[in-house]
Amino acid sequence: MATATVHKRHLSFQARNNIAGYLFISPFLLGFLIWFLIPAVVAFWLIFQDWNLIRAPHFVGLKNILRLAKDPIFFKSLQVTVYYTLVSVPLGMVLGFLVALLMNSKVRGISFFRTVFYLPSIVPAVANAMLWSFILNSEYGLLNGVLRSLGFQKMLWLQNPKLAVPALILMSLWGIGGGMVIYLAGLQGIPVSLYEAAEIDGAGRVAQLWYVTIPLMSPIIFFNLIMGIIGSFQVFSAGYLITDGGPQNATMFYVLYNYKTAFQYMDMGYASVLAWVLFFIILILTLIVFKFVGRLIYYEDVGGN
Amino acid sequence: MAIEIAPKVETNLSQPANVRRYGKFDRAWRALVWLMLLAGSIVMFVPFLWLVSASLKTETQVFQFPPQWIPNPVMWNNYPEAGKAAPWLTYIKNTVFILIINEVAILFSSSLCAYGFARINFTGKNFWFGVLLATMMLPGVVLMIPTYVMFSRMHWVNTFYPLTVPAFFGGGAFNIFLLRQFFRSLPPELADAAKIDGCSEFDTFLLIMLPLAKPALATIAVFTFLGVWNDFMGPLLYLSKDPNNYTVSLGLASFRNNTFYSRVRWDLLMAASTAAIAPVIIIFFLAQRFFVQGIATTGLKG
Repeated sequence: MATATVHKRHLSFQARNNIAGYLFISPFLLGFLIWFLIPAVVAFWLIFQDWNLIRAPHFVGLKNILRLAKDPIFFKSLQVTVYYTLVSVPLGMVLGFLVALLMNSKVRGISFFRTVFYLPSIVPAVANAMLWSFILNSEYGLLNGVLRSLGFQKMLWLQNPKLAVPALILMSLWGIGGGMVIYLAGLQGIPVSLYEAAEIDGAGRVAQLWYVTIPLMSPIIFFNLIMGIIGSFQVFSAGYLITDGGPQNATMFYVLYNYKTAFQYMDMGYASVLAWVLFFIILILTLIVFKFVGRLIYYEDVGGN
Repeated sequence: MAIEIAPKVETNLSQPANVRRYGKFDRAWRALVWLMLLAGSIVMFVPFLWLVSASLKTETQVFQFPPQWIPNPVMWNNYPEAGKAAPWLTYIKNTVFILIINEVAILFSSSLCAYGFARINFTGKNFWFGVLLATMMLPGVVLMIPTYVMFSRMHWVNTFYPLTVPAFFGGGAFNIFLLRQFFRSLPPELADAAKIDGCSEFDTFLLIMLPLAKPALATIAVFTFLGVWNDFMGPLLYLSKDPNNYTVSLGLASFRNNTFYSRVRWDLLMAASTAAIAPVIIIFFLAQRFFVQGIATTGLKG
């Protein structure tokens, strides 16, 4: 007893810091437990269950996992998502970066241009989907209207399985402004003195871009690449609202298939397997990107030492 | 940001070497850049124009080829008509309810956690901060199903709890990260002085540091607004069974398949979409600088 009181009264500086620190971050710790660890455990348990949320779940062993190998829609959705990611992420990044470069070249009206390019990226997903399902409409949509005015044939953007994903990629490019603003903020943070030094060394515009801008921007480009891949693998609203996965599963994005498995076919066990597969795909992709792209990154504080 | 650019232009132009080497070429180049940006802006702006123009057309005009950019007659009536076709007021009320709770919960709980990470040296801080950063990388949809199962066991499906209660628990890794960066940029002497004057750690946080963090809090408030207003997956999972619980997003999504009309009424759908986008655009123009700040902090230092 006596020692306990003494301890309490003379709590060391560090002990008091520990108590305060953990109290301050307790919302995060609780949230991590409730909305992260417990769901992760539930997700693991679900892998082995056959459960439609209504009847009692029952244990089926590895059956859900083995189903993957025989599920053509699983492979289709994977293929669709990879295709979408491989085109839309690099294309969006390059376009966003180019626009940011143009905007960084000290022309008039930057704040106007920045606003116009940025606004589409904050349009709500549902309104965006409604607008684009109208733009891509084969009969009276804007895109075909423009094509026909230029003398082209109208295209069945949303009915032709070969055109549906390209159409949605086009739609995703309307949102390049989000990445562009990040690039622009980074570009504006590059000290002018570096360009001046490069110029004295005889570097032209291209050399300056290659030896100054891109190395200094590489952490930001890298960040955008990782976030772009993670985001692109989770694309949902466009496929759900515009095409509902069709035509012929051409826009059955992975998360859309996952959603349908869980909430339309009420197949919670198999849907959990699909979610875990997505987790590992993203994890592995991120690690690959870190390994192969990560070493190309120039970190200022490390390089400066 | 425009202010930031101005001095750079000056320093660059004052370099004689610069002017000599690029003088004429530079002017032509800038004109070209300006034209390219203008062309790009037009491309980016056209969908908006198309949206608003379609929202003011008659149904027959919507189907016309070549498309008419300026509706004739201008159908202002599309807006009240779209308004009558669905209980938008209920949708707005639901969305605003979720929004307010999220704002309060996220601002309070993320700033508490951020202060802990930024200002207190407790054992295991780096470990937990690493955990926080790791959760930022985890794709949200991976936990969609188990979380839904949990909420359905708790009988929380078809209530607002799943879209409000989690906000009290940390308020999101990105927000904690953003605020932590901000707290770390404040001079520590302020907190030290407050403590010498007898403030507890919590008083220091609440009375000294939090008021100073207003710009960062405003940034988070703006992004929370965007997140809630734009969220579709959340309401779809938890509120879609009862139209009385719909948010604006969900209402708009169901509007296309409105049974009130036997066909898709593009004119009304575009009017409703315009109305759903308008608040986001308005908030953007009112709070532009907070957008830029948020992007600079989370985007660059991540």
